[in-house]
Amino acid sequence: MPDDFLLRVGLAAAGIAVVSGPLGCFVLWRRMVFFGDTISHAALLGVALALALSLPVLLGVLLAATGVSTLILLSGDRFHHTDTLLGVAAHSALAMGLVAVSLPGGGNVDLMRYLIGDILAVDWRDLAVIWSGVLICGGVLIWRWQGLLMSSLDREMALAHGRNPRREGLLFTIALAVLVAVAIKVVGALLITALLIIPAATGRLLAASPERMAVLAAATGAGSALLGLSGSFRFDTPAGPSIVVAAVVLLVVAGLLRRILPIE
Amino acid sequence: MNRALITVSDLSLYHGRRLVLERVNLAIQPGEIVTIVGPNGSGKTSLLKCLIGAEPPSAGSVRRKPGLKVGYVPQKLHLDPAFPINAARFLRLAGASRSRRTEIVEMLGIGGIMNHQMAALSGGQLQRLLLAHALIGKPELLVLDEAAQGLDQPSVAAFYQRIEHVRQELGCAILMVSHDLHVVMSASDRVVCLNGHVCCEGTPTVVSEAPEYRRLFGFGTEGALALYRHTHDHRHDHGDTPDHADAG
Repeated sequence: MPDDFLLRVGLAAAGIAVVSGPLGCFVLWRRMVFFGDTISHAALLGVALALALSLPVLLGVLLAATGVSTLILLSGDRFHHTDTLLGVAAHSALAMGLVAVSLPGGGNVDLMRYLIGDILAVDWRDLAVIWSGVLICGGVLIWRWQGLLMSSLDREMALAHGRNPRREGLLFTIALAVLVAVAIKVVGALLITALLIIPAATGRLLAASPERMAVLAAATGAGSALLGLSGSFRFDTPAGPSIVVAAVVLLVVAGLLRRILPIE
Repeated sequence: MNRALITVSDLSLYHGRRLVLERVNLAIQPGEIVTIVGPNGSGKTSLLKCLIGAEPPSAGSVRRKPGLKVGYVPQKLHLDPAFPINAARFLRLAGASRSRRTEIVEMLGIGGIMNHQMAALSGGQLQRLLLAHALIGKPELLVLDEAAQGLDQPSVAAFYQRIEHVRQELGCAILMVSHDLHVVMSASDRVVCLNGHVCCEGTPTVVSEAPEYRRLFGFGTEGALALYRHTHDHRHDHGDTPDHADAG
């Protein structure tokens, strides 16, 4: 096993986790866990459409993920709670994706690869794509940090302070879509949400400020990526699920730590 | 010569096909205290949202003085338990210099809670913190949405006194909304009764010395509360009850 293979895989997984942690904090604060699921299901539809139209998969995923999420942000009526709309969007996107690939000319690809991901197939080009996405998402988070915090706390208060919560929300959604698009090949659509919410939940247990929670989420995310990968090599288990299992183990450890240590 | 901070002209607002606000006219002058009262569902919160620009009106206009600084105190903060943030960090979100923050913290006497997590604050502490947050940016207009809701009467009186003190200290105009139709802040320069449209407008009657007042409100409110007498000059088409009959 050549050394640069391990380096590639490690850099890919850690890169995704470093940015999914802080993004996941906002997913928790804005109560958007189900939204993460919807974006990743929409991403699968994007994969199917891209393959059917012979477009780059990354482009298909980006378009589908941003398209579906913007549609949800803009739609909404007085008869259905957002949860309902998200459920409709998530499952119809998944179903349409599955139908699309099975049609003649649909390429008949193995969508399973995109459901659970295949990190071992990551090449240098993929790595460049992943880290570009990581830098974009990280940049958006740092650039909009105050405004995002404020509009996650209270929309009207943010408005009165001259912020634009709708724009912040849209930027955040786009960052989520970018993350999903670059991560789908590595961790798969089914487990992306896990990388968003589990490290963030771990960070919450040990943090007293939003900044510390975000940093801890990034750190535990990267930690679980490396732990999960080494476990996956040792026990010959699938990489994506192993990373998620490692993240859960860290969450439990944090929960135990919290009982022992005096944390505010 | 229009010095008004905000001028609302013939504002109407629809939610779907439901008319929430109908041809509302309102102007807020620098330094004045205006209380908007109205029963639940009378469109008070919607009007506030139009004023701070959170909701575009369906018809009519909201003109803000260019560069108007607004401080907003929400009815309550839907703080998710997953949000770790202490009072000091929350105030830093409002920006401004450290000395300005210290000034406001001292004025409101909340120095002792700066290291507390927001989720652990009592209702009164949280409300003072939200007020501090709104005041840090030196607003010309302070908007309070049902800020006294959920407080007992002595606390409401104390809160109103604090607001009056804020106006004396900072000279900002204050717009507050309350669902209590009859008991308002005595320092209000004007009371506007809203029920989809402006029903009536007037000044509060200060009756703090009358024995009836003592019986109603008990002691210790030190004249912070006053009664508002509604003057019904019209009846609604859809029934034979006056505007305020169902509002208790």
